[in-house]
Amino acid sequence: MTAAPLIVCEYCDTVHRRAGLTPGDLATCRVCGGPLYRRSRFDLDEMLALTVASAIVFVVANVYPIVVMESQGVTTEAALWQMILTAWDSGIAAVAAIAALTVFTFPLLQIALYLYVLPGLHAGRAPKEFSGALRLLQQLRPWAMVEVFLVGVLVSVVKMRSLADVTPEPGLWAFAVLTILLTALGSFDLRELWDKFEDARA
Amino acid sequence: MSLAARATALRMIACETCGLVLRTPAGAADLGHCPRCATTLHRRKRDSLHRTWAYVIAATILYVPANLLPVLYTTQGFDRSSDTILSGVVELWRYGSWDLAVIVFTASIVVPLLKIGTLVMLLVTTQCGSVWRRPERARLYRIMEFIGHWSMLDVFAVALLVALVHFGPLARVEPGGGIIAFGAVVVLTMLATMSFDPRLIWDAPEKDPSRQ
Repeated sequence: MTAAPLIVCEYCDTVHRRAGLTPGDLATCRVCGGPLYRRSRFDLDEMLALTVASAIVFVVANVYPIVVMESQGVTTEAALWQMILTAWDSGIAAVAAIAALTVFTFPLLQIALYLYVLPGLHAGRAPKEFSGALRLLQQLRPWAMVEVFLVGVLVSVVKMRSLADVTPEPGLWAFAVLTILLTALGSFDLRELWDKFEDARA
Repeated sequence: MSLAARATALRMIACETCGLVLRTPAGAADLGHCPRCATTLHRRKRDSLHRTWAYVIAATILYVPANLLPVLYTTQGFDRSSDTILSGVVELWRYGSWDLAVIVFTASIVVPLLKIGTLVMLLVTTQCGSVWRRPERARLYRIMEFIGHWSMLDVFAVALLVALVHFGPLARVEPGGGIIAFGAVVVLTMLATMSFDPRLIWDAPEKDPSRQ
């Protein structure tokens, strides 16, 4: 059985019959207006390409410094991890931990999970830990905050202008690209993968 | 308008992980696991209202120090100043850029207040079994779910400032305790939003208009 004919709105519990969608379309609930399911603009091939691209850009974003600053002849440049460690040492360990988790660990985990799930499905195989991987992906979604971090960088740069000369570095551009890639990946309805999983298992 | 068929009334349940729709055995308390993905099945999120209240109350308490305590101290020459969340926005408006100031004001002041207020409203109306403006309440919940994490903006900005600005004793930025409380408020309101089950909004029995 592919593509279950029924779907229940997770926001109001109304039962709907599934209809075919064209790519990029979103079906909404008739009762509460909540999103029911969407059909992604991307197919598995493109999803895999987006994931590999995200992995590469993630490395670049974390290796290169984000900004470089100069004041009174002193230059500081910092990559994400140096920032997190300095924040940790400055007595805001809790804040540093939040940043480490939401900007580094969770996005990394998301990319790794997609890399685990997608190649198998693409080859028509069902990965062994598929259920666990998908459950984790779903739970991680609200906690990965690369896009918020990017705007946070912008705010801090503007605030620093009075104290130092600030120049953006490759790490900043990489984070901007990573935001776009992860947003594209995030637009994918994970339930679509469950249908592919059923096909692979059949 | 009569309500469309709901899963509970049809004795159906959808798996929260994979969306598979299942028939539930009559009168069973324990629904078991989803045959496709092995997730434990629940009709509604467990202890939704209690958990949400607990997170909302904790967030409200921490909201006070988050806004009263300084989030950062700036030393510039022999000048030392402190900023709270609100005064940071004012400063950004005056000396930085007004458009960023609007974004930060929305993310740091408007969104947390709106979230706490909305959650309390949703909790109270749901507990009263109210059918008042259900589509609007449902939409409010979804908006909250969507924008909640943007309040983390200031937390990141402060962490970056602290990490980057340390040019010796005459130009440095140090963190204040307010930012820890503020970060906790954002996490707690996110947890509160996740614990609230929006299906409860629609569980209130429809009033029969012919009997009124």
